[in-house]
Amino acid sequence: MSSTETGTGTKIHVLGPLEQIPVGEGRAFAVDGKQVAVFRLREGSLRAVSAVCPHRGGPLADGTIDGQVVICPLHQHAFDLATGCSTTGANALQTYRVRLDREQNLVLETAPV
Amino acid sequence: MSRSGVPDARPRLVVIGNGMAGARAVEEIIARGGTEQFRITMFGDEPYGNYNRIMLSHVLAGDEDDGAIFLNPLSWYRDNGITLHAGVRAERIDRFTKHVFSSDGRVTPYDTLIIATGSRSHMPPMEGLYTPGGSVKHGIFGFRTIDDTRKMVAYAQHEHHRHAVVIGGGLLGLEAASGLRRHGLEVDVVHSGGHLMSAQMGPEGGAVLRRSVQGLGIGVHTGSRTTAVLGTDKVAGVRLRDRPDIECDMVVMAAGIRPNVDLAVLSGLPVERAIVVDDSLRVQDEDDVYAVGECVQHRGQVYGLVAPLWEQAAVLANHVTGADTGAAYLGSRTATKLKVAGVEVASMGLQGPELETDEHIVFSEPSRGVFKSIVVRDNKMVGATLLGDSRKVAFLTQAFDRGLPLPEERLGLMFDLGTPGQEVGVAELDDDAQVCNCNGVSKRALADAVKGGCTTVAGAMDATRAGKGCGSCKLLVGQVVEWAAGGAVEDDPAASYYVPGIPLDKQALMAEIRKRGLRSVSAVFQALAPGGREDAKSKMGLASLLKMMLADQYIDERDARFINDRVHANVQRDGTFSVVPQMKGGVTSVQQLRRIADVAEKHKVPLIKLTGGQRIDLLGIRKEDLPQVWADLDMPSGYAYGKSFRTVKTCVGQDFCRYGTGDSTRLGVELESRFQGLESPAKLKLAVSGCPRNCAESLVKDVGVVAVEGGRWEIYVGGAAGAHIRKGDLLATVDDPEDVKVLAGRFIQYYREQANWLERTYAFVPRVGIDHLRAVIVDDAEGIAGRLDEAMQASVDSYVDPWRERDDPQTPGQFRTSLPLTVLPQVPVR
Repeated sequence: MSSTETGTGTKIHVLGPLEQIPVGEGRAFAVDGKQVAVFRLREGSLRAVSAVCPHRGGPLADGTIDGQVVICPLHQHAFDLATGCSTTGANALQTYRVRLDREQNLVLETAPV
Repeated sequence: MSRSGVPDARPRLVVIGNGMAGARAVEEIIARGGTEQFRITMFGDEPYGNYNRIMLSHVLAGDEDDGAIFLNPLSWYRDNGITLHAGVRAERIDRFTKHVFSSDGRVTPYDTLIIATGSRSHMPPMEGLYTPGGSVKHGIFGFRTIDDTRKMVAYAQHEHHRHAVVIGGGLLGLEAASGLRRHGLEVDVVHSGGHLMSAQMGPEGGAVLRRSVQGLGIGVHTGSRTTAVLGTDKVAGVRLRDRPDIECDMVVMAAGIRPNVDLAVLSGLPVERAIVVDDSLRVQDEDDVYAVGECVQHRGQVYGLVAPLWEQAAVLANHVTGADTGAAYLGSRTATKLKVAGVEVASMGLQGPELETDEHIVFSEPSRGVFKSIVVRDNKMVGATLLGDSRKVAFLTQAFDRGLPLPEERLGLMFDLGTPGQEVGVAELDDDAQVCNCNGVSKRALADAVKGGCTTVAGAMDATRAGKGCGSCKLLVGQVVEWAAGGAVEDDPAASYYVPGIPLDKQALMAEIRKRGLRSVSAVFQALAPGGREDAKSKMGLASLLKMMLADQYIDERDARFINDRVHANVQRDGTFSVVPQMKGGVTSVQQLRRIADVAEKHKVPLIKLTGGQRIDLLGIRKEDLPQVWADLDMPSGYAYGKSFRTVKTCVGQDFCRYGTGDSTRLGVELESRFQGLESPAKLKLAVSGCPRNCAESLVKDVGVVAVEGGRWEIYVGGAAGAHIRKGDLLATVDDPEDVKVLAGRFIQYYREQANWLERTYAFVPRVGIDHLRAVIVDDAEGIAGRLDEAMQASVDSYVDPWRERDDPQTPGQFRTSLPLTVLPQVPVR
């Protein structure tokens, strides 16, 4: 993994090849001291949210997803993958921008604090 | 003046207070056409919409999320054209110029005013409540608002905080104590009265309740006053009069509530114990000012319960809107039915006899936590207390409210002898009888909702909000809806779907899957879900169904699996996993035990635990270590994680047991070898006992087998002894252990094909009926026995030990950690 900082303070992190994440699942990455869960939706796009469930600390990268939400495996709280908002009344997740570069590497952006 | 230039001629209705009383009053006003009649403005001290204060104890206990208790979201105010000033405190009114002055400097004119300022926690006088700076000492909490509750939960979960003292042993205090106990704190309750809940019951009932509360691990100190909170900058303990100090790091004040009357006093309104109102809820001597809820005093009474508030709100709305200016509130007879700290409590009227001629009927069974006391005067019931058993409450409440004549044999008041039982009770229940005490819904209101077209239980509940409070009345609500619909209750169509994301029941879904030749979960979504949309909540159920139907023809998409099934282990609260190797029939060997011990030592397993299914559980294994742990164990998976066949529990059997009549261990081992790893709609736990002493608890298993004298075997199905308790039904008695295997397999296959997702056998067996099951499985009345046996055999043949994936991960990073940095929360190592 490598990180670079842009002029605006946004940090760019290259997380390695897309193949680390099976279709329809998520994997967790330690990025800049934070835990980020990156999901690969069945329709092909990517989503990234904070990896720890705000309810009781559940591992969200182990959650079940569909096109909209991830469900935490511990107590079934659901979170919108695009906005981070919970559909079951838990606190919201942090969301991150994530994309692929030309070499099909995962690229995650973290905004300045 | 409105912006469009057309003046809004509607008079202004201003409501001070956005709690349960204020919001309910506005709902009642809107129901009477209030939105056309008034421009409505509401002031709420708390920066939220309106929520159900009764549910705060559930939030504290962690049963309910704080988001789930909101009654009216902010959009409700918008949709009804209400201007809400949330987080703004109204400070005083000028009743001559008719203006409200609020904390944000705003001056709001009104034509009609409603005061619903509610009440606050009472802080009994004692030393050490405040810091020298004048703020409440760190670690002292009230228990009144959602913010109080959130702060308490956060503080209780802080690891250094171990001991809480709750001051007040009434309803609220006991709720707070049991909620905090659930967070693992040591809890003591200090109550100045001679017994717990002294406002609702007499000393004998209090003594029974004390036993039940102590049974939860809560310390109880009655007849004891707190004189000081100890500690300089934060709570370190409490000082009691005539008793030793109690060390603690948290104090919760639950010593009653006091009406909020500051605004009324400042504004010159008549206040005694609370704001004085007349029978139309109008403040005494005021034409346009009303008050409602816990801040009012009506005919000398101040109420602190929710039920009177509903009655007041309806009368008030009738007057404010002019819908019924003859309406009068004549006071409430308070009957409470609640669940306090897990104990059912109902109380109404007198606690005990007051006149010499009063009859007092008492039944007390402290070991079960049951206490019943009824006071009768002139052949009318004037008071009752029921603890731990509230089955007769509906009848008693009615007898109390209506002054019904009582059965001559008084015992019938307490137990079902001649009085109407629960079932007939619904039909005979008075129309005005309150069904839902949290939301104040009467039998009539529910019946009207059903007549208005809400013919599903869920629909009627949505329409009336019945059952949406504490939920303890849901059974009764269902019965009333059924009664009102004359048996024509429609099932909520979605309730019959196999999974929520596909609008088909199980049989229709299986038929479509077969007809279209679908072989994967994504193919099922594409073909059968609305818009082809996949649905996370439906994936696991579909994966199970397809595997059952297709065996080795199933295309296994790993993302459709729940995490447990992806990594063949049970996820724990800290994100680690538990590993349970197969131990058929609970029989093990020196080699197995030695190997398990070696593995536990090598991997520093934090907890080794014997399971209820006679196996050994290694807990706290990190995901990335799973493959190595399995390799070191070199034993097959025990499937202690899936919706699948789990285990067969056995007793010692005839080889060693001097009572044994059949070789139960051998049959158990053979059953487990045959059915290991089978997917099913819910987990399957089996047992085989070698004699009717039933040491393997076969009568409470999904499939339980008992050897009886004469070399015969009884097969029971549909038993359970977990969250639900049910004795299994006898399916058949056979002579040969081989027949046990055939019939058990046929039953399991029928259950796999017919049961709803997550429907355990204890629900499935009574739903289809044991007679039907006997006909299909034993007598082959439908001619499908052969097919069931074949399907079972195909599933048995396709068994593969999933722990073999250690050598060949199925997906990239299958065993990669999902919490790469600190693991939270840590499970303590013993």
